Order: sequence, then structure tokens, then C-alpha cells
Amino acid sequence: MKVIVGLGSCGIAAGGMKVYDKLYELIENTPGMEVSLTSTGCMGMCFAEPLVEIQDDQGSAVYGLLDEKSTAEVFQAHIVQGKPLEKYIVKSETATCADDTFFDKQVRIVLARCGAIDPENLEDALAMDAYKGLEKALTMQPADVVNEVLQSGLKGRGGAGFPTGLKWKFAMNSPSDQKYMICNADEGDPGAFMDRSVLEGDPHSVLEGMIIGGYAIGASEGVIYARAEYPIAVKRLEIAIHQAEERGFLGKNILGSGFDFHIKVMQGAGAFVCGEETALMASVEGQRGMPRIRPPFPAEKGLFGKPSNINNVETLANIGWILRNGAKEFTKYGTEKSKGTKVFALAGKIKRGGLVEVPIGMTIREVIYDIGGGSSSGKPVKAVQLGGPSGGCIPESLFDTLIDYDTLSATGAIMGSGGMIVMDEDNCMVDIARYFLDFTQNESCGKCTFCRVGTKRMLEILTRITEGKGKEGDIEALEVLAEQVRKNSLCGLGQTAPNPVLTTLRYYRHEYEAHIKEQKCPSLQCRSLISYRIDPVLCTGCTICARNCPVHCISGEVRKTHVIDQDICTRCGTCKAVCRFGAVIVE
Amino acid sequence: MEATKQDYFVPFETILRDYTGDTSQLIPLLQKLQEAYGYLPQDIIVRLSSHTGIKVPEILGVATFYSQFRLTPMGKHVIKLCHGTACHVNGADNIGAAICDELGIALDETTEDGLFTIETVACLGCCSLAPVMMVDGEVHGRLTQDKARKVIREIKKQEVSAQ
Repeated sequence: MKVIVGLGSCGIAAGGMKVYDKLYELIENTPGMEVSLTSTGCMGMCFAEPLVEIQDDQGSAVYGLLDEKSTAEVFQAHIVQGKPLEKYIVKSETATCADDTFFDKQVRIVLARCGAIDPENLEDALAMDAYKGLEKALTMQPADVVNEVLQSGLKGRGGAGFPTGLKWKFAMNSPSDQKYMICNADEGDPGAFMDRSVLEGDPHSVLEGMIIGGYAIGASEGVIYARAEYPIAVKRLEIAIHQAEERGFLGKNILGSGFDFHIKVMQGAGAFVCGEETALMASVEGQRGMPRIRPPFPAEKGLFGKPSNINNVETLANIGWILRNGAKEFTKYGTEKSKGTKVFALAGKIKRGGLVEVPIGMTIREVIYDIGGGSSSGKPVKAVQLGGPSGGCIPESLFDTLIDYDTLSATGAIMGSGGMIVMDEDNCMVDIARYFLDFTQNESCGKCTFCRVGTKRMLEILTRITEGKGKEGDIEALEVLAEQVRKNSLCGLGQTAPNPVLTTLRYYRHEYEAHIKEQKCPSLQCRSLISYRIDPVLCTGCTICARNCPVHCISGEVRKTHVIDQDICTRCGTCKAVCRFGAVIVE
Repeated sequence: MEATKQDYFVPFETILRDYTGDTSQLIPLLQKLQEAYGYLPQDIIVRLSSHTGIKVPEILGVATFYSQFRLTPMGKHVIKLCHGTACHVNGADNIGAAICDELGIALDETTEDGLFTIETVACLGCCSLAPVMMVDGEVHGRLTQDKARKVIREIKKQEVSAQ
């Protein structure tokens, strides 16, 4: 019997280590147990963390939302007595359960090994075909490897969607004594965790992609630029690099082919702009991460002035699969123009949030309802935000849009790196636009005036609107500024920064107008425009609101109606959250 | 006094021992120095400059560009309040208000006793557990105002009993 605990960052954060320790203790203290206890990365069902998978002769059963107490119950029933405990099962090969549909429409290429293997054990990865693509590639000419990737139609998964094979071709054709293969693991979009999960769950897939890429373009050095906020990913990458070196997949004379390739990991220091390739290279060189003018493109003059190729984590994790199974197999998934799958980090107000991989060409509706199970609040879904600070909000009425680079761009949003944040009726779209502008304004490196100052002016206007101080002409001013910032910025950060504002203006203009003309926030979110009061009929005088109010602005005697002092109230919503009688009304 | 001063520079010397003159190593060096000293003290930056030949303004330019680096000391316990999109739509603002109220300071400030610093961060990547915060490297997810306050009270209690 095999017992596997999900120990990705999410799993650990949800209490996975406690569950692991509990199982360890129970197994150790029970005589005659023939159980192997291991860990794995993200299984994808983040909504049910901590997760434990039990594999025995009956098949596999995944238990979810465990704590120490339920872990002990599962141990007693399933591990000791061999009887699956259905009430905690979230996915099973033998029984049906409500959450089975989570995986029904998914196709796993990038995440094939994620959550299935122990990421710190190379044997596990090898048993599931790791490095088979590399073995194949080394028997081919570099130009043929590039051609295979070109034929697969794989596009950069970092957001821009540039054909990967073409990028490799440019780097391959650039003559030089030294070239660099760089992995962009600086996943900076707030609300996105795809790359982190891949690095934590299957680091070898990324290494394999880099080694194949290095061979194809003629590079002998590889650099992985990882976010400093991802310590577990960095640790597992370093273990994986060491293991790959020991087995001859990395280092000198790889698998006897005569090809040398080394990889080192560099930790970023916290700058969103470093996701832009030229800024990232400046950072690796030890400088402030500011973008450079292109051309020259990195393929001609990149890191340390040498031809360089940068690919995102998810892009690289596709490479081994493509080489192993052939480009033709890969093109079976996707649409006419975009091939393969895309991994999304499904989060926000969603019932079954997690890491999902779907064939390109699925509709947004299928991902949100069939996989994600709809909203977590029970209220109707209002919009979905794709592409983070560079993307936009797509309204529910457009949920039948296909997930594909071109069709998504037509909505004003972008495919992006894979953040998919679901919002319900309680989310104010002006506030969301302000939130993203606050982010980009903070992260602007300051090189281009329109990005540095323009985003600041836009943020001021948006803040003013959410505070009920919006003026006639503010919307038009936003539109003018958006266009200027887009046109006059050097890199993607500035060029796409207005997108969240433009899409919300396009689909939710009435919300902006309500804020400005009527001083009303239709979603009842903007604090300056709402007030809380206590309904005297429903209030029982239980005092719970008064005891929890952080500014002590609620008064009233026990069993008598309580009253909120509007002058002191900060509209934090605590009273509404703690009231058990629905007596706190927001308007 | 002299001995203490020498001890103070021991971590610096250890970190710089392997330095080969490759100025592209500036960011990893600053990361290691911050790990050893908790922040980047002025005298350490000056010493780094004379050791590597990288000018002080250049070092400061890099140190102030990246959000990871700090030029002032941090509290003993660092609370990283996630303000990613998923946390924002799930009410991170209210969690922040509760923590600030509990500690009597504003976001990105340190308490007077030097015990706590509240820092807002862009995203911790645990979006499915939103809203989340990280305290001393440990992530707390599915937060409510009450749960966040309890985490802090627990640390306060441990501090009091340790005294």
C-alpha cells in the first residue's frame, strides 16, 4: 500500500505537514504495517487541500480537507482495515463522488507527473518517461529538433504567445562562441501559481526542456531565474539539478553525446518588470531590472551580450513531451491556430479552485462551471479576470468565448500566463481596475515617462472615483491616458497596463457612471460609498457585533437593538461577517 | 568593544570569501548579506563597495529597485499579508485592517517594541487558500479576521511567556 501526501506550497499552507506527521506517527506506532509513505507536489485539487492519496489493490482513492482528527479516522478505516472511508473521499477510481468531474475535461501534458510523483525522487520521474524526450533529441540534428518544436505549433505560455520554435530558430542561427538558454520562472502575476506548481511538482520536466533547448540552439549554459518568494520550488530545482547531473542528463558529455550543458538557479529579488525578458537579463547581470530597447533581440544580443533564448516554465515543460511523442501528436490538441493545452490557476470566488490543464479551444464556461463548479459564494458569477495586470475582465455574457490566443485578445483580455480569477456580484469592477493599476503603478520601473507618470495619473482618477469624488470627464480622461500609456511604453508592462481599465470600461461602464454620477457603488464594495446599519427588527441584542468591532463604534445593551455610530465606522464589514441573524445591512 | 565590532563583520567576511570579482553576483551577495544581518546596514553596503569596487550609489540603486531588500531593520516576526488578486477579491483589505488594529500600526510599519512588521506582498501563490498571510515563513490560509487575530495573539503570548 502506498500513501501519498500532497506537499506543494498550497498543501503545506493548508496543513499538509501536520497530516504527514500524523500519518508517520500512526504508521510507526502500529505494528505490522506495510505502508510506504511519500509526498508529492500539487495534485491540482487545491480547493480540497490537504490531500492524501491511498493506492492499494482496490485502486486509488484521494482524501481531501483532512485535519489530524480525520486523518486518524482514515488511517483506521482504510489503511488498517482496508475499507475506504467515503465521507472524506474527493476522487476515487472505484466509487463515484461529486468532485470527480473536476478532472473529466482536463488533458494533462504539462501536469502529467505533477501530483503523481515524488518530485525529489528521480526514479519516480523516470518511471513516467522523464528525459525520454532528451534521449530522442540527442539522436537528432539540432535543426531537426528546432523543426519538431516549430511543427508542434507550441506558443510561449508566458503570455505573449510567440511561437517557441521560431524563437529557437533565431537563437540557433545566431553565430557565437557562447549562448544562453534561460528559463523565466519569475511568475509575478498576482493570482497565478501555475509555474510554481510545475517547479514544485515536476522540476525535471523543466530541466529536460531546457537541456533540449540548449542542444537545439547551441547553448552550453542555462539559467533559471526564479522568484524569491518560491523557496520550495528553488529547493526542489536544486535537488533535481543535482540528481540529473549524477545520472548524466546534465553536465559534461550528456548521455555520451558529446553535448555539454550546465544549469544554475538565480533567485529574483522581487520586481514584476523582471518577467520582461530584457529586464530579466539585466537582473541576472546584477543590475536594476530595466527593459532595453529591442532590436537587438535577445536572440542576437542577450545575456552578457551573447545570443540568448528565454522561455517560460510551462513552455519548457511541454518540450520533453513533444520530442517524446512527436509534434503531430501534440497538434491533436487545440485549435487550428493554437495547439496543445494551457494550464490555468483557477482562483477567486470559485467553488473548486486549483490547477487545471485544458486543451486550448475549450470555452471559459466549461472551465468555470464544469471544472470549477461555479461560484463559491452561491451568487452568480459576474466576470472572470484573465492575464492579471496585463489582462482584462471578461463578463459572464462572453463565457462561450473559446480559450485561444486570438479569440481572447478580441475581447480585450489576453490569454496571459494562466491566472484565472473568478468574481461574483459582490466585486466592484472599478475597484478591480484600481487594484490592478495600483499594482502596475507600483511595479513600473520608471524608465518610460508614460508608464511611470501615466499610470499614476490613472490610479489617482480611479481612486477618486471609488471614493465618490469622480468628476464629469474622468472616464474620457482615463481613455486618453490609457491610449498614451499603451503607445508610449517600451515594454509589455506599460503597453498592457491599461488593459484592466479598458476592459472594465468596455463591459461595465455603467458601474463607473454610477460611482461618478450617483455616488453609488452597485456592488456595495467601495467603502466611501456605502454604510452599515443594524435592522432593529432582526437584531437580538446578542452583542457579538459590538464585541468584534475594531473601532468600538457599536453601542447597545444586552438583548436590545444595537446602533452603529456612522462617524466612527470604518466600514470594515466585521459586524456583518459576525452577525448570526443577518441584522447588519449594507447599503 | 573592539571584539564586538570584529564579530559583526564575520558574516560579511564569510559571504565575501568566495567572491571572484564577478560584479554580476551583486544581487545574490545582497541576498546573502540581508539574510545574515536581517537588513542591509549602511556600514555593510560601504564595506561591500570597497570590497567589490561597485560604487555605493550603484549598490543602493539595485537595493532600492527590488522589493526584497530593506535598508531598515525588520521586526522579529514578519507578517507578509498577501495582496494578490484572489486575496483581494476575497477580502484581504479586511484582514489587513484586523491585523493593523491588533498591533496598533499601519501596513508596512514595525511595532515600537520591534516585535512585528506588517508587510504587504504582491502574491504568495497560495491563491486557492485566499485570503492568506505568511508569518515567519509559515502560510496561514482561508483567513477570517478572527483567525488572523488569533495567529498574532498566539505569537504575542509566546513572547510574553518567553520573557
